[in-house]
Amino acid sequence: MNWKRALIAATAAIPLILLLAWGFSRNPGDIPSPLPGKPAPLFALGVFAPGQPPLERKVGDTLRLEDFRGKVVVLNFWASWCLACREEHVALSDAARRYTGKPVQFLGVLFNDRAPPAIDWISEMGGQSYPSVMDPGAHVAVDFGLYGVPETFFIDVTGRVARKQIGPASDVVLNHVIDSLLAAGAQTPVAAR
Amino acid sequence: MRRLLGAFLLASSLHAQTPPAQSDSALDARTTKLALQLRCPVCQGESIQESPADLAKQMRDIAREQLRAGKSEDEVKAYFVSKYGQYILLEPKPSGFNLLLYSLPVVLVLGGLVAVTLAVRRWTAQPQES
Repeated sequence: MNWKRALIAATAAIPLILLLAWGFSRNPGDIPSPLPGKPAPLFALGVFAPGQPPLERKVGDTLRLEDFRGKVVVLNFWASWCLACREEHVALSDAARRYTGKPVQFLGVLFNDRAPPAIDWISEMGGQSYPSVMDPGAHVAVDFGLYGVPETFFIDVTGRVARKQIGPASDVVLNHVIDSLLAAGAQTPVAAR
Repeated sequence: MRRLLGAFLLASSLHAQTPPAQSDSALDARTTKLALQLRCPVCQGESIQESPADLAKQMRDIAREQLRAGKSEDEVKAYFVSKYGQYILLEPKPSGFNLLLYSLPVVLVLGGLVAVTLAVRRWTAQPQES
């Protein structure tokens, strides 16, 4: 009977169509990160770009993630050769200034780049309010599962990765994520180190 | 004698903490074998062994360092999976949703065989009925 054939054809075709629809709705370039919800990989990296007062750190100082426990950490991987990093630069630098005095630490991590062009890039962009560190051998980048720049990781007050932003971070995303992590952090007692 | 025994015990404990030495060529071979199984995250379907990308080279170096430090190939693979997810494996494990990927071709071939068998039976049965 015709309706039987139609039923068999639909039973065979619908799962395939759903599977294809699911596949086409995904960006094959996006790699889902297993990090959100897990403790952020620890690091100790040297400052090469100091940032500006009051957020500046001395060039050569070692910054450790553990030192920022109790703060929301905004970890931005960037490079001077990265065009999309230009898009988010002002938003990040302004946001870092706006959250001065609150438990928020912005930190830039240079990815596959050298300090001289990166420093030139910062001056060309009108400065960077927060410090940036070098990541020799991309060890920290790989620890964070990085596959391109810019990528920004939001780490909560307990040291867990709360969110990964792939591509340029906007004002709206920065405000929304940082405010919600600060609000959550106010209710979370941070264990003493 | 006691000093000699102390020195011997110290040497034994140091030896226990140091991963077994391996020649550079053996380490290279293990790194290459492992790197061929890991996907380069900034390339299209290439392994980190085949890709000339900076990140692929850095990942090869990290794999090599971890193997040199005494980690097994499975442990190094688990490290990369913990950072990039199953995506990083060029051959994902046949479990969970991946199972569908492995089983779908078999299911389709079996389904095709059943359909062909039924069709052939029908075609061969028709002349006898008429």
